[in-house]
Amino acid sequence: MKKIDRSSKVRTGFHQAKWDEPVIFELSRAGERGILVPQASDEVKKAVEGTAVLPAVLKRQAAPALPEISQPRVLRHYARLAQETLGADVNIEIGQGTCTVKYSPKVNDQLANLPQVREMHPLQDESTCQGMMRIMYDTNQYMCEISGMDRFTFQPSGGSQGILTMASLVHAYFKSRGEREQRDEIITTIYSHPSDAAAPHVKGFKIIYIHPDKDGYPDYEAFKAAVSDRTAAFIVANPEDTGVYNKRVLEFTKLVHEKGGLCGYDQANANGLLGVTRAREAGFDMCFFNLHKTFSTPHGCGGPACGATGCAQFLEKFLPGPLVDFDGEKYFFNHDITSDPDGIGKVRQFNGVAPVILKAYAWIRSLGPDGLYQVAKTAVLNNNYMFKKLMELHCVDAPYIEGKQRIEQCRYTLETLFKETGVSTADVQRRMMDFGMHYWQSHHPYYVPEPMTLEPTETPSKEDIDEYIETLKYVFDEAYSDPDKVKGAPYQSVCHQLDESNMDDPDQWAVSWRCYLKKFAD
Amino acid sequence: MKTLGLLINPIAGMGGSVGLKGTDGMYQEAVRRGAERKANARAAAALEALLPIRDELLVLCPSGEMGEDLARELGFQVKVVHTCGPETIARDTADAARAMESADLLLFAGGDGTARDIVAAVGDRKVALGIPAGVKIHSPVYAIRPEAAGQLALSWLKGACGQTREAEVVDIDEAAYREGRVNTSLYGYLQVPYERRFLQNSKAPSPLSERSQQVNIAWEMIGRMKPDVYYLVGPGSTTKTLMDVLELPDTLIGVDLICNKQLVQSDLCERDILERMEERETRLIITPTGGQGFLLGRGNQQLSPAVMRRIGKERLHVLATQEKLFRFHGSPLLVDTGDREVDELLSGYARVIIGYMEEQICPIGVGG
Repeated sequence: MKKIDRSSKVRTGFHQAKWDEPVIFELSRAGERGILVPQASDEVKKAVEGTAVLPAVLKRQAAPALPEISQPRVLRHYARLAQETLGADVNIEIGQGTCTVKYSPKVNDQLANLPQVREMHPLQDESTCQGMMRIMYDTNQYMCEISGMDRFTFQPSGGSQGILTMASLVHAYFKSRGEREQRDEIITTIYSHPSDAAAPHVKGFKIIYIHPDKDGYPDYEAFKAAVSDRTAAFIVANPEDTGVYNKRVLEFTKLVHEKGGLCGYDQANANGLLGVTRAREAGFDMCFFNLHKTFSTPHGCGGPACGATGCAQFLEKFLPGPLVDFDGEKYFFNHDITSDPDGIGKVRQFNGVAPVILKAYAWIRSLGPDGLYQVAKTAVLNNNYMFKKLMELHCVDAPYIEGKQRIEQCRYTLETLFKETGVSTADVQRRMMDFGMHYWQSHHPYYVPEPMTLEPTETPSKEDIDEYIETLKYVFDEAYSDPDKVKGAPYQSVCHQLDESNMDDPDQWAVSWRCYLKKFAD
Repeated sequence: MKTLGLLINPIAGMGGSVGLKGTDGMYQEAVRRGAERKANARAAAALEALLPIRDELLVLCPSGEMGEDLARELGFQVKVVHTCGPETIARDTADAARAMESADLLLFAGGDGTARDIVAAVGDRKVALGIPAGVKIHSPVYAIRPEAAGQLALSWLKGACGQTREAEVVDIDEAAYREGRVNTSLYGYLQVPYERRFLQNSKAPSPLSERSQQVNIAWEMIGRMKPDVYYLVGPGSTTKTLMDVLELPDTLIGVDLICNKQLVQSDLCERDILERMEERETRLIITPTGGQGFLLGRGNQQLSPAVMRRIGKERLHVLATQEKLFRFHGSPLLVDTGDREVDELLSGYARVIIGYMEEQICPIGVGG
């Protein structure tokens, strides 16, 4: 046996499983079953006779069109699909910028999987779920402490729904004051998450965008031109996707308040700010946290999530209710706080995804205030380290505030690489997959040319970050020596390049199996 | 078999290398100063990308150094569709372009002057793409590099890229430019293959194509139109889309007048506009033209200081796709009506309609 060569950190031998697995509907065979449920015995049938409460009109006339498939084939199908993903537990999650993909302690998953949690039903009587209600109540208080807000709701089941909840609060507030017709504009910035524009749009607001100034901050002069008595709210992320933190944000929120508007803070990625700044002190009336990002629930691809949304007391009555409260002896659902006729009503059934709230609670409790602050410091340190190392590379640059640090992430540009080699950021993304690495470009709109957005969080060690950088360097070197190889990637991944030329042509879409059959089946 | 129209302006770029700001009318001077022909080399850099499909491609081209020589040298199958004289002239470009009308793609190497000759010959429906070889490259019909033009041409011919966008053909007056004045005019549009390089994106929703954005902008503008008010519609592909949505004929590089969503008059000159403004309240819908972010003064000179003084900021509707605004990198949209006072009146910040119920705050500055 000879010594194993570990001189390079780049995993050139990586090869992902490729199963060519059909869609599960294609696997369906008429009559095949996973479990054969025995017929009820005569004794049981007799005992329940006449007790069925479901009216005939609600009963299905035909069985649902679900795939008919045996248990081992189902297991095989999903196990194969699982092998075709690049999940958080198998790759160094640095490349998914703006997503705060961090390590979520497995012990918290185990807690959430305890039978006491797993088998709980949201319609249980309050007296039987005091423990979970306390967790919700306490987590609300922690969120208030972290943000400076007065009350949180856990109903929104994701970040975009958190933004929609903020927009709904704005709508309700001005409706209650008889100003909704007049105040029809919401201001946001180009580098805020696109949902900061999209969700208020859904609520019927007109969106006004502010362009960045030469340093990447929202242009204050343009902002002044935008704010008026038609402004309902200013909804913004800070730091923005570029990682640039707007230190003048208080001036922005003050101006909006002077004109009678409200301010909402997109804190989906609060990782670099925990224990450092608070939304309320920055002049915001509302904010939301993604518990599935900053607060330690594994996420991605629409997994269980929570866009915990908080507000100042004057907006509390409009929140979706009921809210978990404590009367000194017991925890209860308080329907009174949110009974205002202009309140927004529920944004989701029940009170949020309980296991996600539990995981956030456990994470916060395990770290304590000092630990949360340490998270922010480590995340920023990691990002600074990565930033410094990447800026040493000829083909990488970072627009705006030259030489100054970003917060917890950075949007770089590979414009030089593209100009000199013809290799685009999309090519780099595909090639990184050949080494088992996530890589992400940018949200829409693609304003930074050839964007690359990386966010190391507090999770990766120096060795992890070095491995990621070394892999990036490997791809960049390849771009100069053999650009066609990079452009032809991926070679070792699940599938080759996709034809995306018709992505914005609805006639080419099939978002369900039924739709696919209708459009494309012979 | 796919057909490629190949057209090289062999003298493109010569002026630039010897300190002339273009080659239009300056060829002899450029030669005197020792300029070398480089357009064929730049075209070759683009055509290299097409070598993998050489056997499935028929190249239609003019004779000699306007295409034939290079295409043969690279081993393409060639059909000469136009024979040039010993010294090529602008008419050769136009005649050759017309002779290639059946080509799946017209790939041409040159500068703004070449693009002008082509658009004049084949109009705005032809799918074409420019290989940058000239001194002046202000028209977004050109790819950013010859190699990029080749790659895009390959995508189009292979069917991997199926969309086009209308790209402006603009040119500056070279004589004026040599004296330090920039005077840009809009000469029309070509259909350019449009590849969404950034589409490979795991998280963001698919951004809308520029055409879809233009349709959204049109609907927003239509929703804001007041009854019985005149709307002047300036030149540009975004304003053209507004007319398309309203199913009205459009003067692509002129100013039209509509009222109650009906066409009142086409292609108005300054005097027409001033006369119409006497009749009723008149508003103006414009979009930045000329490739450099000019709102006024480039390609829409009929919107004179006298007109703009009466329109003012209050009756001005600016339309632009966000994609287009991004190309200006935050620089102000420019006004250069020829009257400083009017330009100052219009400058400041404007709300630009960028989509349905969407605006962006943009600075407006004095250009020229």
